[in-house]
Amino acid sequence: MMKRNPLVLGNKTLKDVSDDICAPVETFPGKGWVGLFLGAKTLLLFYICILASVVGVGIGLLGVNSPVFWGTMIVTFVFWIGIGHAGTLISAVLFLFRQKWRTSVARTAEAMTVFAVMTAGLFPLLHTGRPWLDYWLFPYPNQRGPLWVNFRSPLLWDVFAVSTYATVSMVFWYIGLVPDFATIKDRAKNKIRRSVYGALSLGWRGTAKNWSHYEMVYLILAGLSTPLVLSVHTIVSFDFAVSNLPGWHTTIFPPYFVAGAIFSGFAMVVTLMTLVRIGFPEFKNYVTLDHMEVMNKIIMTTGMLVGYAYASEFFIAWYSGNPFERFVFVNRAFGPYGWSYWVMVTCNVLIPQVFWFRKMRRSIPVMFVVSIFVNIGMWFERFVITVTSLHRDFLPSSWGMYAWSWFDTGVLVGSFGMFLTLFLLYLRLFPAISIAEVKPVLNVGYDDKGGHH
Amino acid sequence: MASQYTRGIAGIWLDEAGILKAARKTREAGFQKFDAISGYPIHGMEEACGIKRSWIPYVTFVAALVGLTGGLALTWWTSAVNWAVNVGGKPFFSLPAFVPIMFELTILFAALCSVGALFVACRIPRMDPPIIDPDLSSHKFAIFIPHDDVGYDEARIEKMFKDLGATEIKRTEY
Repeated sequence: MMKRNPLVLGNKTLKDVSDDICAPVETFPGKGWVGLFLGAKTLLLFYICILASVVGVGIGLLGVNSPVFWGTMIVTFVFWIGIGHAGTLISAVLFLFRQKWRTSVARTAEAMTVFAVMTAGLFPLLHTGRPWLDYWLFPYPNQRGPLWVNFRSPLLWDVFAVSTYATVSMVFWYIGLVPDFATIKDRAKNKIRRSVYGALSLGWRGTAKNWSHYEMVYLILAGLSTPLVLSVHTIVSFDFAVSNLPGWHTTIFPPYFVAGAIFSGFAMVVTLMTLVRIGFPEFKNYVTLDHMEVMNKIIMTTGMLVGYAYASEFFIAWYSGNPFERFVFVNRAFGPYGWSYWVMVTCNVLIPQVFWFRKMRRSIPVMFVVSIFVNIGMWFERFVITVTSLHRDFLPSSWGMYAWSWFDTGVLVGSFGMFLTLFLLYLRLFPAISIAEVKPVLNVGYDDKGGHH
Repeated sequence: MASQYTRGIAGIWLDEAGILKAARKTREAGFQKFDAISGYPIHGMEEACGIKRSWIPYVTFVAALVGLTGGLALTWWTSAVNWAVNVGGKPFFSLPAFVPIMFELTILFAALCSVGALFVACRIPRMDPPIIDPDLSSHKFAIFIPHDDVGYDEARIEKMFKDLGATEIKRTEY
C-alpha cells in the first residue's frame, strides 16, 4: 500500500489544533494585518465612490456603447463568479470524493466563494443602469396587470442561478462553522466574545446524535452543491451561447466556462493561501506544501482544459464553414484586440506549464506568481469573449472599439478592495481552518499513532 | 428555561478510543437515553451508541420534489396562463427554457429544508445551553446519562465510568 504523507504536520494534539486555529481570532492583529486591512479598506472606499458616481451619473461613465454593449461590468462579473467556483469545488466535490486533504483549505476556500459571489453579484445589478429597479428581476405578484418576468431569457436563468448559488454556498459555509463557533465560545475569556460566538454557534452541543444528523446534512449539502456549481457557470455561459452572435454561439461554452471557473478559482485559492501562510506561520502545519502542490496540479489540468477549448473553438470555426464565425476567430487573434488574446493564451495555457516540474509545483514564490498570472489571464479570457465578439459582428458598418474609461479601471480595481476587505475581516473573526474537520484527519500518515482512512 | 434540561451524571475522557469503548459499554449496560459529546464527529460512534440513520434525507427528497414542481408550476402559470406573451415565436410553455429555473429551485428548496430539518433534529438554535465542561468542544469527550434513564443509579454509573477510565465524573444538568 502507498504510504500517505501526513495531512497535518508537527505531531499536533487535539488541544494544539484548537489553540492554533483559534489564535488569530483571540489575539490582537499585528502590523502586517492592519496595514493590509487599511489598504484594502481604502480601496473599498474608492470603489464605493466609483460605484456611487456610476449610479448617480449613469453608466455612460463606463465605456459601454454601440457596438460593445457589454463591458467591464459583465467581464468582471463572470470573472468573480468563476473565482467562487473553486471554493465549492473544494468543499463539496472533493468531500464527495473523500479527499481528506480538503479539510485544511475548505473553510477559507468557501469564504472566498461567498465573498467572490457577493462581489460578483453587484455587477449585473449595476449593469442594468437603474439599480433601484432591480427588484423587477424577480417574479413577484405585482399590480401592473399580470406582468411577469420572461422565463425564456438566459439573463433571468442567471438571476435564479446566482442567487441560489449565493444562498446555498453561504448556508453550507455557515453550517460548517457552527461547531467551531461553539469551540470559540467555550474558550472565550471575555463576555462579549462569549455572547457573540454563543449566538453564532446557535447553542451547538456536539452530542453523538447531533453529529449524526450534522454529517448527513453536510453530505446532502455537498451533494446538492456539486451539480449546482456546474449549473451556475453553465447558465452564465448560456448568457452568451444562447445568442446568435458569432464567437458566442458555441456549444462548447458550458464545459469550457466551468473549466475556466475552476481554473481561476484554484489560482485565487493558491494566491490567498500563500498569503495566509505568510501571515499566520502556524498555519503552515495545516496548509502544507503537499496541499499547495495538489492545487497546483489542478491548476495545470484545468489550464490545459481551457487551452483545449481555445484550440477547439478555432477548429470548429474553420470546420463550420461559416465565414462570420471564421472571421471572428481570426479577428480575435490578429485583429485590434489581438494583444488581449495573446495575454490570455500566455497566462492561461503557457505559464501554468511550469507545474510539470515538481520543484516548481512546490515552490511558494513560483506558485504565487503563476497564480497571479492565471488570475490576470482569466480576466482577459472573459474580456476576449465579451469584447472581441461584440466589436465586429456581421456588418462592417456597425464595427467599433470599446471606449475603455478610467471608471472601468476603477470598477475593476475597486472590486478587489471589497473582496479583500471582507476576506481580511474573515481571517480575524472566523476560524480560518475547520477545527472539527481537521481533528479526525490528524493521524493520517502517522502509522505509529494508529492513523486510519 | 431551566426545566428543558435534565439532571444526570457525566463522565469525561481524554481520548477518542476511550470514549468509543465507554459508549459501547454504556449501551451494553442497558442505558438508552445517554449521549456522547465530542468536539468533532467520531468514526464509529453511531454504531457504539446505537444511533439510527438520520431521517433528514427524506425531508431533502420531499423538498426537492416540491422545488421541482414549484418551479414548473411557476414558469408554466406565469408564462403560459397568466401572462402569455409571444416572445420571438417561442411556445408559451417552453419547457426546455424552464429547466434551469426548475433545477435551481429544486436545489434551493432541498438545501434550505435540509438545514431546517437539522435545526429541528438538533433543537437549535437555543440560547446558552448548560455545558458540562468547556473543553468538550475542544479536546475532551464525555458521556452523559440523564436521571430518567432505565436503571439510573448514581453509584453504579460512577463505578462503571471509573472502570472505563473516566478522568472526571460530574453530577450536572444537561
